[in-house]
Amino acid sequence: MLENYLPIMIFIAIGIAIGVLPVLAGFVLGPRKPDSEKLSPYECGFEAFEDSRMRFDVRYYLVAILFIIFDLEIAFLFPWAIVLDSIGMFGFIAMMIFLGILVIGFIYEWKKGALEWE
Amino acid sequence: MAEFWEFIREPFFITLWIVAILVPLLLGVAYLTYAERKIIGYMQVRIGPNRVGPRGWLQPIADALKLLMKEIIVPQNSNRFLFLIAPMISIAPALAAWAVMPFTDRLVLANIDASLLYILALTSMGVYGVIIAGWASNSKYAFLGAMRSAAQIVAYEIAMGFALVGVLIAGGSLNLVDIVQAQQGSLVHWFWLPLFPLFLVYFISGVAETNRAPFDVAEGESEIVAGFHVEYSGMAFAVFFLAEYANMILIAALAALMFLGGWLSPFEGTWFESWFAWVPGIFWLLVKTSLFLFCFLWFRATFPRYRYDQIMRLGWKVFIPITIVWIVVAGGLVVGEVGPWFN
Repeated sequence: MLENYLPIMIFIAIGIAIGVLPVLAGFVLGPRKPDSEKLSPYECGFEAFEDSRMRFDVRYYLVAILFIIFDLEIAFLFPWAIVLDSIGMFGFIAMMIFLGILVIGFIYEWKKGALEWE
Repeated sequence: MAEFWEFIREPFFITLWIVAILVPLLLGVAYLTYAERKIIGYMQVRIGPNRVGPRGWLQPIADALKLLMKEIIVPQNSNRFLFLIAPMISIAPALAAWAVMPFTDRLVLANIDASLLYILALTSMGVYGVIIAGWASNSKYAFLGAMRSAAQIVAYEIAMGFALVGVLIAGGSLNLVDIVQAQQGSLVHWFWLPLFPLFLVYFISGVAETNRAPFDVAEGESEIVAGFHVEYSGMAFAVFFLAEYANMILIAALAALMFLGGWLSPFEGTWFESWFAWVPGIFWLLVKTSLFLFCFLWFRATFPRYRYDQIMRLGWKVFIPITIVWIVVAGGLVVGEVGPWFN
């Protein structure tokens, strides 16, 4: 069982190596002539106006929270989906009640305008 | 010495296997960029790249060499460590997800039971690369692009996850080999038919997940230049590029496995099935994957870019309700044992 995961470990290591090696090769083979204009953040030719770690829209934060909620729902649905064939009608109805509660929450979010971007 | 060989033998053969997967994959990535430029060229009545090598066949290699010889600029005030680690975070999961990819029913490197869960876990790591790149570059365009891109990826990941739940209901397993084998029978037994809305949602979400046109606001040239990787140059940029195209191939291959019967022949169950019995299964998988990849390129040549609020509306207000409804329908089909799929 667990030896099936050895190829995955090696694959991840090789995946990281494929990320690291070209960048190292780029540093070795490419020129290296930095100057202050080249190293300044790109802002269409202007000097940078202010720090770029600026305030951003709170809705991004809201999206992150909603994502966590819905992703958890999906995590709940995964094991149910696999055994649905054997748990039959009882399991189906139980999950429908759960999904019903989820949908009520979803409608509430929708009505509150949490999903609006204008 | 013999003991040492005994110890090293298995990792050695696994590494050979991995090389045998990765070399065609990376070549595929290189020639996908060529195919993209050629196909979009012909769609716009141009001929695309045709100077480097016969008919431009060496163009991707020339591009790679050019990027290799360019300076990697690390901007001032950037977090140097995060800046350099970000491309690696995006490429490693895009490649490592291929560890569990079945090419035929026996040609699997790691045939683990939870292979779909593993792929889902790894592909959701990709968003870290984007957000770290945007934060570490200390540039406004990069920062805005990363925020947009992360919110978009996260929103479509939910729709994609729900679509996968539908596949699991139909397939009854997390193992990709079992999911394909559950589709055996004929063209209409493949899951694209009983799960048709989920099939569409999955593929469109896949286009949005990889930040491809028409959902490419994260790197929309006309607004925020190149989005999260605007400060990257040379090989550091090339690694991001590689990750994006590897992800496209991954999404296309998964769509082929989960909805179009993977390596199963499309002529199964018809009277001329035996005519095509000599064709190896991996050929069908490649054909189906290429079909989806062509759609990626076709979309880019056809659709104008979506506005950001339209993207978010599509993800949250259209796809999630559709998928929830179809999960209920698919569950009903399985519990009611509706044929020809679930009896």
